[in-house]
Amino acid sequence: MMSSSFNLFRVGISFVMMCIFCKSAVGSLSELSPQKYFSTLQPGKASLAYFCQADSPRNSVFLEELNEAVKPLQDYGISVAKVNCIKEETSRYCGKEKDLMKAYLFRGNTLLREFPPDTLFDVNAIVAHALFALLFNEVKYISTLEDLQNIESALKGKANIAFSYVRAIGTPEHRAVMEAAFVFGTTYQFVLTTETALLESIGTEDIENAHLYFFHCKQVLDLTEQCRRTLMELPLTTLNIHRFIKTMEAPLLTEVAEDPQQVSTVHLQLGLPLVFIVSQQATYEADRRTAEWVAWRLLGKAGVLLLLRDSLEVDIPQHANVVFRRAEEGVPVEFLVLHDVDLIISRVESNMHIEEIQEDEDEDMASPDMDIQDDEVAETVYRDRKRQLPLELTVELTEETFNTTVVASDSIVLFYAGWQAVSMAFLQSYIDLAIKLKGTSTMLLARVNCADWSDLCTKQNVTEFPVVKMYKEGETPVSYTGMLGTEDLLKFIQLNRISCPVNITSAQEAEEYLSGELHKDLISYSSVSVLGLFSPNMTTAKEDFIEAGNCLKGYVITGIYSEEDVLILSNKYAATLPALLLARHKEGKTESIPLANSPPQDIVQIITNALLETFPEITVENLPIYLRLQKPLLILFSEGSINPQYKKAVLTLAKDKHLDSLTPCWLNLKNTPAGRGILQAYFDALPPLPLLVVVNLHSGGQVFAFPSDQAITEQNLLLWLKKLEAGLESHITVLPAQEWKPPLPAYDFLSMMDAAASHHPTRKDPECTKETDASENDKKQEDKSAIRKEPIETLRIKHWNRSNWFKEGGKSFRHDNKEL
Amino acid sequence: MGLWATAQLWGPPGLLLTLALHLALYLHSAQTSVPPPRDYCVLGAGPAGLQMAYFLQRAGRDYAVFERAPQPGSFFTRYPRHRQLISINKRHTGKANAEFNLRHDWNSLLSHDPRLLFRHYSRAYFPDAGDMVRYLGDFAQRLGLHVLYNTTITHVTLHKARQAWNGHYFLLTDQMGHTHQCSVLLVATGLSVPNQVDFPGSEYVEGYESVSVDPEDFEGQNVLILGRGNSAFETAENILGVTNFIHMLSRSRVRLSWATHYVGDLRAINNGLLDTYQLKSLDGLLESDLTDLAIVKDREGKFHVTLKFFLEEGNQSANADAITLPQDDNDNFAMRVAYDRVIRCLGWNFNFSIFNKSLRLSSGGEFSKKYPLIKASYESKGSRGLFVLGTASHSVDYRKSAGGFIHGFRYTVRAVHRLLEHRHHGVAWPSTELPTSQLTSAIVRRVNEASGLYQMFSVLADVVLLKENATTFEYLEEFPVQMLAQLETITGRKARHGLFVINMEYGRNFSGPDKDVFFYDRSVGHTEDAWQSNFLHPVIYYYRHLPTEQEVRFRPAGWALPRPTAIHHVVEDFLTDWTAPVGHILPLRRFLENCLDTDLRSFYAESCFLFALTHQKLPPFCQQGYLRAQGLMGTESLRRHGLESGLLRDYTTADRRHEDRAHRPLGSSQAPGPPVRPLESNKEEL
Repeated sequence: MMSSSFNLFRVGISFVMMCIFCKSAVGSLSELSPQKYFSTLQPGKASLAYFCQADSPRNSVFLEELNEAVKPLQDYGISVAKVNCIKEETSRYCGKEKDLMKAYLFRGNTLLREFPPDTLFDVNAIVAHALFALLFNEVKYISTLEDLQNIESALKGKANIAFSYVRAIGTPEHRAVMEAAFVFGTTYQFVLTTETALLESIGTEDIENAHLYFFHCKQVLDLTEQCRRTLMELPLTTLNIHRFIKTMEAPLLTEVAEDPQQVSTVHLQLGLPLVFIVSQQATYEADRRTAEWVAWRLLGKAGVLLLLRDSLEVDIPQHANVVFRRAEEGVPVEFLVLHDVDLIISRVESNMHIEEIQEDEDEDMASPDMDIQDDEVAETVYRDRKRQLPLELTVELTEETFNTTVVASDSIVLFYAGWQAVSMAFLQSYIDLAIKLKGTSTMLLARVNCADWSDLCTKQNVTEFPVVKMYKEGETPVSYTGMLGTEDLLKFIQLNRISCPVNITSAQEAEEYLSGELHKDLISYSSVSVLGLFSPNMTTAKEDFIEAGNCLKGYVITGIYSEEDVLILSNKYAATLPALLLARHKEGKTESIPLANSPPQDIVQIITNALLETFPEITVENLPIYLRLQKPLLILFSEGSINPQYKKAVLTLAKDKHLDSLTPCWLNLKNTPAGRGILQAYFDALPPLPLLVVVNLHSGGQVFAFPSDQAITEQNLLLWLKKLEAGLESHITVLPAQEWKPPLPAYDFLSMMDAAASHHPTRKDPECTKETDASENDKKQEDKSAIRKEPIETLRIKHWNRSNWFKEGGKSFRHDNKEL
Repeated sequence: MGLWATAQLWGPPGLLLTLALHLALYLHSAQTSVPPPRDYCVLGAGPAGLQMAYFLQRAGRDYAVFERAPQPGSFFTRYPRHRQLISINKRHTGKANAEFNLRHDWNSLLSHDPRLLFRHYSRAYFPDAGDMVRYLGDFAQRLGLHVLYNTTITHVTLHKARQAWNGHYFLLTDQMGHTHQCSVLLVATGLSVPNQVDFPGSEYVEGYESVSVDPEDFEGQNVLILGRGNSAFETAENILGVTNFIHMLSRSRVRLSWATHYVGDLRAINNGLLDTYQLKSLDGLLESDLTDLAIVKDREGKFHVTLKFFLEEGNQSANADAITLPQDDNDNFAMRVAYDRVIRCLGWNFNFSIFNKSLRLSSGGEFSKKYPLIKASYESKGSRGLFVLGTASHSVDYRKSAGGFIHGFRYTVRAVHRLLEHRHHGVAWPSTELPTSQLTSAIVRRVNEASGLYQMFSVLADVVLLKENATTFEYLEEFPVQMLAQLETITGRKARHGLFVINMEYGRNFSGPDKDVFFYDRSVGHTEDAWQSNFLHPVIYYYRHLPTEQEVRFRPAGWALPRPTAIHHVVEDFLTDWTAPVGHILPLRRFLENCLDTDLRSFYAESCFLFALTHQKLPPFCQQGYLRAQGLMGTESLRRHGLESGLLRDYTTADRRHEDRAHRPLGSSQAPGPPVRPLESNKEEL
């Protein structure tokens, strides 16, 4: 009697469905007045209506969700409407208070259920609740095990049951179950629960997720027997449930005698693989039992067929006892030799696993791969790993040879680690240097691989890589602190050939020194020669200068002159003693700086500052020294050498102290191609070169461009800078100020571990072997069974334990090796 | 609370007692003239005692080692009885790295002298115990360690003294009645008392310490060995070929070291009996609790195993034949055969007898009865300033790591010394401060060579303390990781801005007496599965704050450390070489980057140059290198690889896309009549 009313209702629905599809209002929420709404209600037709005050914006989120539910509900023949309660028309559904607006489900004019809006929290909840109310008879909601048992015994021999557990009513899983019930509700009895206790009592530990069991009750004839159950192992989605139930409907085991490649069953259409158990006449009965057992285990995961070898026309390999066919079109069938039914099961399950993994991989492809090297140094060193470097040009030192070597000759030692990319990149520059210096230098080039000689490196106070140290007889080792490149290290080595400071002995020698004649070959490494002038009696000042000179050793040429006739020089260069003379060889100028009681650090600072040029060509190597001034940069970008006129203009401005708040410099794109990358960052559209910009690196990051239509003259420039200072110029861009974040995420092992801890401990499925590895597979099985066999000793102890004199200590061993 | 109340209650008499004691001591000392207190006293010149002496000597501390024998390592003069050490002496690893090689040298002590490496003392993989005695003698002599030989300390007690470092001195009395006062007492006496189980008939049992080592004495005999440790199997191995059979009886199942990864369990070198047992050659293993047993001697002098229970029932009848035997009732009882000899090989206990009760040096819990109870810092729970070193300190990591063996305790001794240096001499735990750009390298270096981490896995761990803003960090080596909560007080270093702990671990559920360590697919190759690694591999824990004592104590089961903010496993490596750029270093860098929320990549100078002029901030590598004029210049061939990989861009030929864009305005500006800006010209006039 129940089903007859249902059928009536269903006819109603399908009728209404057709009507709805005729209407144009499909898919959008219709807004009606109460009167209008009730007039549209048709007998037998279900309708969900939300009554609300006109223009109440409060429930806009709910309305959005409701709007989304219109389409799916219409598919099930339920119309949806928003009813605006207006003053003129009062309806009892309109409610008295503004806040208590509700939704109602009608069939015809009859009210079926009312829902407070908070139960219909999203589209899933709306669909689930509406269907739940309509399919009241088809889906039994139960809360105790007893209820389930009652239903089960009532249906034995009559119908199968689809029993599902969802965490709550209105969840997406609940909706999926309801949608399935709409389709299959007449064929199967749907039973629903939200009680975790009930789920646990039927033996599931995982109560986090929704579950669906299929109870095979129809074929149970003996009422004392329990219905067989099959758990759907995939997440509860409408599609998965549909597929699952479809496979439940399919015959458990089919016998075939045709080419496995040609067989077609519902499983393939549902995307599930087929497993053929190959049978021979002689063993037919046993094979059929095995196949049935496998079929039960694989129910819902694969189709199982019994392939009768004897009546088969196509050839299948002699030893193959299982044929596996994937659902994918065009994948050849696999002939397998499996000696354990568990292997068949795991074969299918691991195949499902592989599919899942492949999906994951596809997802990964979309996002950048964490396993791809994004460190330019590491990647380039790795790519270059097969190139043979002429390492023999440098001396490899060991714990044994180190001390004797660095004592025997002046040495430069590179400390590196073979596994560390940065030091290996620098090793290449070091080898290049060795090639350059081959046979010309008295300095020994040596290296220590700290991956091998860790203790040696620690003893030499090397805690990071790479480190370059210079060992000279009678001097404490000096660490090189310059750029890690061939040129800079070469300069360091060359300048270290002379003492620092050089002791000048006569006025004439001093002149040669200042003119660059004295150290002709070194002038190219140090554009400035520094000479300290002291009266012979200025001992402290001299000592301080010598100390400062030592600090600067390898980076600049310094000399000291303190003979009696020092006044000749001081008078010539208008210097008051003690003083520094700076000879700039490129410009051919010599200037003097007084040194009044300056301590060594200050002298170092004075000299370092003096080395800075007024309008330098900025390069990759020298930018850091100019950035130390912490001033905005005024950069002139030039393709090739700078126009002398521009240079003159800037120098004049600098001389007149107009550029004191800036660091003026120019960049030759031919020498420093990276400048192009900088320009691309500054300009959307690149104006013609030369380009003059001010980059406020240290405060704000604004970039200002000198108008490209103006000529770079002293006057224009000054004017522009004045405007800039006054804040009248607008910047062309602002440099990004964000921090450097991790380029990619890391593996979240902590949550992987948590996930593993909350699930059953699963060990990797044993790999299946194709026919070629069959013999190896056999061995593996043997090993396994050997382990599981009960050791003799256990048996002995068992005898001993018979009288319970001793506590039982032995572990019981299971015999669960099912052989085919 | 309770303790405090008692102290209050008993305060006055206690005080009197102390005074009296003080007086008595004063008198006593006046009589025998107690020398001024020493800072450190070490009991025992075995490997641990000498190791501690070495560190104290190097630090220039006031110390003395007391040794009852006339030479160091007296234990090894007699034990192991069959003279073969089972600690490996691997002379070749194919590597020059001395620190790495210590990972496979289980006999050497730590010192700066490369001549004092055990491989110079023996060529044998499993060396002779005599070589160890020779080695220890050389170690003490060459390093000039201050050892008082032939000095047997017979009694140790406590003497309260306000001026003492710990509020008390340790008073050591030697066999001559001389007293020595010490501020800190370091007990390295090992385990010296044979473990005996009391059961009826135990008097018939020969002990490992005295049993004959001559196989001839066992010719054609039935032998029962009690115990299933290495000494039991060592004894069995010696006589396996000459006996009728050997039965081995122990309370629990045999634990194979290759399954448990614990060197104290049965080593394969001794396991010949397992082989003959499982190959049905009459030998066998049995499990039963010895305390339920009894041994009776029959008329012929043979021994029968029966149950204590039967003896009690049988009214202690002296006649062996009258005693019920299990086989009377149960005719297939396994040990129904009569034995010619019963040998006890049940291990050793700590000698508690010389320590006065005032020291409150008690034995450990149920599972480590043979060891004195100590904290994870190796300090006694009972009295401050008393540390237990060496084999006797194994309760900290019994059945887990190597703390009971030379190759383990040489590092824990160093840890104790570092702790003492800070506690009493204000020397903070040694550390290296480095810029963050060196963090990945610092960790990679240590996990690849550090022997202390490797041997004392999950007991000693490296700690990285981050400095403010995480621009620099301090690297501390081999800290006793269970003391993590007390790190600041122990090391004198500050951990205010987060920390990393670098530990070595086996996979969970991989080690155990019943585990199959050879199961198929036991190794992990993919970096994303690294957390499932089974073999020893580095694990890095990140904490935002130093964990509290509670968090350390109640950490999740099976965890070596409390739950961190994030964790990283470096995937296990067959060669224990974790330097693969993509397999090991890259995932580690990503982990560190994400913990520090920064970019730890390295860049060539040209990239830093570009960043410096196009960004307001620079990645740490450029900040700490390039900006200090120490940028990495690279070479032409590296540059080409960079361009090929797409990680570097070629600017020498301007990018075509940009050039196209650049051309348009170029054309427009060439149009006749430059655009005038009236607004600006107005301003100019102004």
